[in-house]
Amino acid sequence: MHLRTIVWRELFERKNQLATSFLAILVGIAAIVSIKNVTFYSEKAVAKELDALGANILILPKSASLQGYYSADLQDEEFPEEYVTRLSSSDLQGLDNLSPKLSVPTEIEGKRFTLTGILPKSEFQAKAAWQGAGIFSRPQGCGTVVVDTTCNPPPVQETLVRRRVIETLGSTEALVGADVATTLGLNEGQTIKLLGKPFNIIAVLPQTGTIDDSRIFVHLHRLQELTGKGSVLNAIEIVGCCNQISKGLVQKINKLLPDAKVVTITQVVDTQIKTNRMMSRLSLIFLAIIVLVGGASIANYMYANVFERRREIGTLMALGAGTSFILRMFLLKALLLGLAGGLGGYALGTVLAVTLGPRLAGIPVLPMWSLLAWGTGLSLAIALAASYFPARRAAHLDPSAVLQEV
Amino acid sequence: MLRMEAVTKIYDGRGRTVAGLRSVTLDISKDDFLCVVGPSGCGKSTLLLILGGMLSPTEGRVLLDGQSLYALSPDKRANLRREKIGFLFQTFNLVPYLSALENVQIPLVLAGLNGPCQKERAAALLQQVGLADRLHHKPSELSVGQQQRVALARMLANNPEIILADEPTGNLDPDTGEQIVALLEEINKEGRTVVMVTHDPRFAVRAKKTVRLRTGSVVPEESKPAEPSKHCCPH
Repeated sequence: MHLRTIVWRELFERKNQLATSFLAILVGIAAIVSIKNVTFYSEKAVAKELDALGANILILPKSASLQGYYSADLQDEEFPEEYVTRLSSSDLQGLDNLSPKLSVPTEIEGKRFTLTGILPKSEFQAKAAWQGAGIFSRPQGCGTVVVDTTCNPPPVQETLVRRRVIETLGSTEALVGADVATTLGLNEGQTIKLLGKPFNIIAVLPQTGTIDDSRIFVHLHRLQELTGKGSVLNAIEIVGCCNQISKGLVQKINKLLPDAKVVTITQVVDTQIKTNRMMSRLSLIFLAIIVLVGGASIANYMYANVFERRREIGTLMALGAGTSFILRMFLLKALLLGLAGGLGGYALGTVLAVTLGPRLAGIPVLPMWSLLAWGTGLSLAIALAASYFPARRAAHLDPSAVLQEV
Repeated sequence: MLRMEAVTKIYDGRGRTVAGLRSVTLDISKDDFLCVVGPSGCGKSTLLLILGGMLSPTEGRVLLDGQSLYALSPDKRANLRREKIGFLFQTFNLVPYLSALENVQIPLVLAGLNGPCQKERAAALLQQVGLADRLHHKPSELSVGQQQRVALARMLANNPEIILADEPTGNLDPDTGEQIVALLEEINKEGRTVVMVTHDPRFAVRAKKTVRLRTGSVVPEESKPAEPSKHCCPH
């Protein structure tokens, strides 16, 4: 026989009290595990949605308006291309993609279009300062679409429309928006004259319903050269990690580029921020409830247990049990209770999240093993903390007093 | 072996002080079978608890083999009890959710004996007290006499030199009480010291020495009584 035999046998001696405490901790842990599980997949799903929308942060000249940018894509004012270097070499987290742009109006066959210079990904990699910053090698931690450039590179149309970046773009190559292609009857492989120079159309972009449809994209530096504007830009589009945006990425960029205007798709980001805040508040509320209810229930159970067992404790002391033996006896019991509550709570919470998550939140939810350690750890901490003082009281009982009781 | 020197115990409670023991001096030598008698509330149980290192005296000291018991820390006193002292209670104080065998194993668990040794020794002790066929019965499945015999076996588990029995026959019928006292006599003959508190004059006369307490003080020592009625509590 061991101490654990004594604890195990006693555990089932008072089943009703045990069941109440066990249920309190089980339900509490299950609730918090299921909320955390659903929240995680919900945030991931929202992040994917945001990512699918494309760029969510814009850097514009100080005087430019967001409305102006979206309606005409043209800004009177410009800012230096060096801003890209500043962003790339900063330690800002959450910049998934940068797309510096210079847009100028152009007329082809009597119709006005927007000629936009963009910088392909290969240009970033060619620049030591930018490469060192590792903009494109940063982990895409908020559920962004991973663009696999090694095995099956996606079509250039998709990467530009969705990710605001393309792999390569030669100085005589151009991409045309859907409306431009339709209006001018252009197809891939054809040549188009822009600012007096011939450009080979390497792709026609799919219809997006945005200003992109009436754009023609060429290499940024080629456009700067043709327009004679020098190394300037009038916008930088950024695909920012939505989590980082909610943590103040926009403010950090503002600080880094005080002479530029940093705007974000506020409504979308606000929704995400609100959802995140609501879920994290809900988690905190449940955490507080479980600590209070579960802890109080276990403490109450343990105090009652010590009171009911005082004669037994006195007898054990008379037989030679020291304070550490009595303390361990009660803490081991708390440990078993916490462990069972944590494991059971994780199992129940995961089942609830996986079955109810898709129905309530409309998203697929998978079990998260990290929550097993989290839930069990929390349950153990609550059970042990709540039992410490009752156990200490038991260990310091006056054996003579309890043995003299009739 | 066991000595009380001018031990006084004052209980404080609700603004009142009550003397449990008043300057009691007592010498108990090895192989003694001492019976402590006296009316209810005269301090018999207090004396036993103080002798067992379970209740610190207000004044005086208790020496066990020359070592002052209450100069030791509570945990060291617990170790000493585990090694040298066995308690027997009127209400047996068996652990209700453990079997007879497991109850006897408790002192062996505390002594750190391994599982097989614990079982072997506990089973042998239960056999010695005539309960070989009740090893796996819980206390609630045993008669009161059997429960007291389990308690006796438990008390003997760590082979204590001193037995402190607090009215061990108080809850038993006369025949079972007789069996328990006979077992205590046998234990005493093995060379252990027995201190027994009792109300029952029939069992008090079986002791080698008797100490009578009245309101916390020892009434002058009487030699071995010729007649039981002269030396026991008025019942």
